[in-house]
This record gives sequence, C-alpha cells and structure tokens, in this order.
Amino acid sequence: MMMKTAMKALFLAGAAALAGCATAPSPQALDQLTQAMLKSSFREQGIAKLDRLTQDDAQQACSGEKPPADDVARRIEAAQLASVKWPADGVYLGDWREGEKLAQNGRGMTWSDPEGVPSGGNCYNCHQLTKAEISYGTIGPSLYQYGRLRGVSDPASPASGEIVKYTWGKLWNAKATNACSNMPRFGHAGVLSAAQIRDLMALLLDPKSPVNAQ
Amino acid sequence: MSDPMRIRAQVQGSGAVVRVLMSHEMETGQRKDAAGKTIPAWHITEVVAALNGKTVMSAQWGTAIAKNPFTQFTVKGAKAGDKISISWVDNRGDRRTDEVTVA
Amino acid sequence: MMRGPFAALVAALLASALASPFALAQTSAADGIAQYRALLADGNPAELWEAKGELLWKQPRGTNKLSFEKSCDLGKGIGVVKGAFVELPRYFSDTQRVQDLESRLLSCMQTQGFNAAEIAATPFGRGEQVNIEALVAYISAESKGMKFKVSQAHAEERKMFEAGKRLFYFRGGPYDFACASCHGEPGKRIRLQDLPDLTHNPGDGVGFAAWPAYRVSSGELWSMQRRLNDCYRQQRFPFPGYASDATIALSTFMAVQGQGAVSIAPAIKR
Repeated sequence: MMMKTAMKALFLAGAAALAGCATAPSPQALDQLTQAMLKSSFREQGIAKLDRLTQDDAQQACSGEKPPADDVARRIEAAQLASVKWPADGVYLGDWREGEKLAQNGRGMTWSDPEGVPSGGNCYNCHQLTKAEISYGTIGPSLYQYGRLRGVSDPASPASGEIVKYTWGKLWNAKATNACSNMPRFGHAGVLSAAQIRDLMALLLDPKSPVNAQ
Repeated sequence: MSDPMRIRAQVQGSGAVVRVLMSHEMETGQRKDAAGKTIPAWHITEVVAALNGKTVMSAQWGTAIAKNPFTQFTVKGAKAGDKISISWVDNRGDRRTDEVTVA
Repeated sequence: MMRGPFAALVAALLASALASPFALAQTSAADGIAQYRALLADGNPAELWEAKGELLWKQPRGTNKLSFEKSCDLGKGIGVVKGAFVELPRYFSDTQRVQDLESRLLSCMQTQGFNAAEIAATPFGRGEQVNIEALVAYISAESKGMKFKVSQAHAEERKMFEAGKRLFYFRGGPYDFACASCHGEPGKRIRLQDLPDLTHNPGDGVGFAAWPAYRVSSGELWSMQRRLNDCYRQQRFPFPGYASDATIALSTFMAVQGQGAVSIAPAIKR
C-alpha cells in the first residue's frame, strides 16, 4: 500500500518535471525566435536598408553575452587583417586640420542622413583627442598624445613604419587587431574614404597636430 | 487654445512659494526650418502674478526665456486659502490666465 | 634667488598647478552638467504632459466613445493606473502576448474604435502619437517612486526576456553596433553623456527606470518606444516598427534587469 502511493507520487513528480522541460524552449529555438523577430520588426527607412541586419562572420561571433573562444577570435582577426586596403601610393598622412573636423563630426549612415553626403568619423563620441576638447567620450581609450607617446617624431621615417601601419589598420578595420572591438570598421564598411582616413592619421600622428602638442 | 499652466502655491514662513510651469513654444524667431525659412518669433512678452486680485509681480519676457518655462517666486504675506493667479500675453496677442489656491 | 622653505612651497604650488589640468577640466565639466541637471529637475515640463494625459485617460474617445478609465486594463484591472507602469511589460491573456505600455495603449485605443496600425505608423510628434506622449507621462507618474516588479511567471514573458537579451547583444549595420556597444560596461560615456550599464541592474532612476522623460534639448516628451527608435537610428540600423515584438522584447529584458529599481518616470533629460 505504501509502495503504491510512493510510486504514484514519484510518477506524478516525474510527469511534472517532464512537462516543465517540454515547455521551456531550447537555446536554438530562442535564437530562431530572435531571428524571426528581427525580420518582422524592422523595415527600411531612408538609406538604412534591411541588409544591415545580415551579419558577417565577425558580427555573428561577437553577438554573444560572452566573447568568442580565442581560436575563433584569432581567425577573425587574421581574416579582417587580410582584407585591409593599404594606401595605393604609400601616403599615409593627410591634413590634421581636416582630421579634427572629421573627429568632431558624428553624422552619416543613419536613416535620417541624406544619400551621398560624406560621413564624419564620430571620434569624440568615444575618445579623448585634443586637450582643448573637453566634450569627449570614454567608450574607447584616450588618444591624447597618441603619436608622442609612441615615439613618433617623424611619421615618414622607417622607424615609425610599424606604428603608422598599425594605426591605419585600426582606422580601416579595428577588428583586424581586436576581433570584437566596439570600434566601427570605418574603411572596410565604406564609412570613410581613404582620403578621410589619411586626415585622421595626421590628427593622430603628425607632430604638429594638437593631439601631440605639449 | 493653449494648454493649462501648472501652478503650485505653498505656504512657507510668512508667505508662499509659487511654482509655475507654462506650456509655450517660446520661438525666438532666429531659427530656420529644414527648408531654410526663418521660423517666426512666437513667445510670451508679459507675465503678471496677482494675490487675491492685486498684482504682486509683473515681468517682461523676451527671446532668452526657454520653451515650456518654469518660474518660481515667493509672495510675502500670502496665507493658506488665498488666490494666486498667473497671466501671460504673447507676441501674437494670445493670452492665458490660470489660478490656484495657496495650500 | 629664492631659498629655503619658501622656495619649496612655491615649487610645490607650481607643480600642483601644472599637474593634470586636464583631469580638473574633465571633473568640473561633468560636475557642472550634473548640477545643471539637478536644477532642472524642479519644474519638470513633463508635468504639463501628465496633466493632459490624465484628462485623456478619463475622456470618452474614439468612434466607440469609450474612456480608457472605463475600458482599458493595463494589467491590474480595468481603469487601474496606480502601480501599473512598474509591472510592464507583462503577458495579457486577452491579446495572448507580452505587451509594453505603448503596445497596450494601442490595444486599448483599438477598443475605443481607433485604427491601432495607423497610429503605429504615425510619426512621433504627430496625430494620436501626441496623445500617447501625454498618456505615458500620466501613467508612469502614477508609479513614480515605486519599484519595478515585472513578472517572469508566464512562459511568454520568459521567452521575450531571452529574445530581448539576444537582441541586446546583436551586432549589425555598417558600424557593427549592438546595444551592448554603448550599454555593455559600467562607467562609460558618449561625449559628456553618462551611459547606464544595462547588462546589470543599473540602479534606481537609471536606464529603463528613467523613461519616459522630458528632453530639454528638443522640448519633447520621449516615451521608451521613442528612445529605442532613436537608439536604433544612431546604431545605423534599419527602422524598428513602433511597438513591434523586437522593441517589446528589449523592454522586457531591460525591465527584468532593472527588477526592484525605483522608477523616476517621467524624468528630465538633457
């Protein structure tokens, strides 16, 4: 008699547990639900089309709560680095005055921006740059004294070659050196032109730039 | 017809603190719209506060006053139950008066 | 030539004057802005919207001439406004879905005889959207000072939380931005605007607990739907549908993350 009641209780408990498991969706099902929501909830507006929701490898790998495994991150970085377009004529630096204007400019690429207008660099949104500008963000590291701190006294000299290339790489495609970087891939995504990136390079590396002034 | 003002008048010491929130665009006349046309000036020009019908404060406002302006002032001798009325006139000739009882 | 202790004092003063003028500038700018915002808090123009919202709540409207007061259930019973805001989003058995405040107001407006789809398609600041601004100000004000207490008891509520979490971390668009790009770490700011870390409970009156809010810079009352819309615009994403599932899922995620935080809505922002 006791056994029967105990068995019944066990059976009911088991059934309840199974029912609970059955109603909780799997992580894959939740992923699919999220994808379906993206499709049904968004529409195109202005220059912002729905293809912006199609992720590439780097975006997909970096969309988790946790960063991707080391080997995945290294693979992404290598692939991104391979796609960097270096300046054809070997000229890396432009005009720092234009670079500062770009750094201050946060416009471009939104659905309220008109087609065909060049974008800004958005730099001050996330970074400190010149000493004079106190309205700067802290999402990215401070770039104040960028060239000076790296010992760049002559950006054209062979001694500065590595830093110059590294900096160009960062601006063109930040994920080439940091797979899940918060920084947009300005050259790679066509946000900024090579000429604009040259001007930002000057802002960062030209000894005469206010970023490097003492 | 403009939206009502929010007025609070509370006894404090030997008088009352009056807080007024007005609903007004307060357009300076210096802004331009997306097409480049100047948006015409539209702002409050005069404010009058009265205690039981007697003027206790009058002000001349111009383009330096913000949209949906908030004003705070104290009135000597106001007691609970007294009536505070606030009136404004704007450059278009629109006017509005709202009244509260001092709490 | 100065000598002795006096020279030392002058040297020390000079040294401290030259040392980190930068840090000083940064602190005083941020402090100054914080002070300015505190001053603005008294006389929040959002109260003008609250007053209008209360009138709208009680007024018979739409082709069916129904007031929200007599026909709208925000989750605590028909006409009950007090405490309803801090329990949203939640599952509603009549519509069989999880809804945030704006989505629920659309359902109630449909009952009044309005075309909810038309209102959802109306741009912010126009037509019935203006009335929704007033309603969210009033309804959130009726929960001011109360703690967020959103249910995760229903399977749909838990699903929306999970979807919202995935959306929060979803990187896309030409800038590779996700919500987490700006709201994924504590102590960060964009320009001089502090950013709440939404991967944890950001605390009382912050993040989800600070909207709807009056934005001084534009003199507008922004609901959470509008805030999410502008976030996605600046993330360079395509346009999120008003009160769409994605927006409700994100609000569910943020509300659950902010469980127990005190709501200060309608707040005041730069």
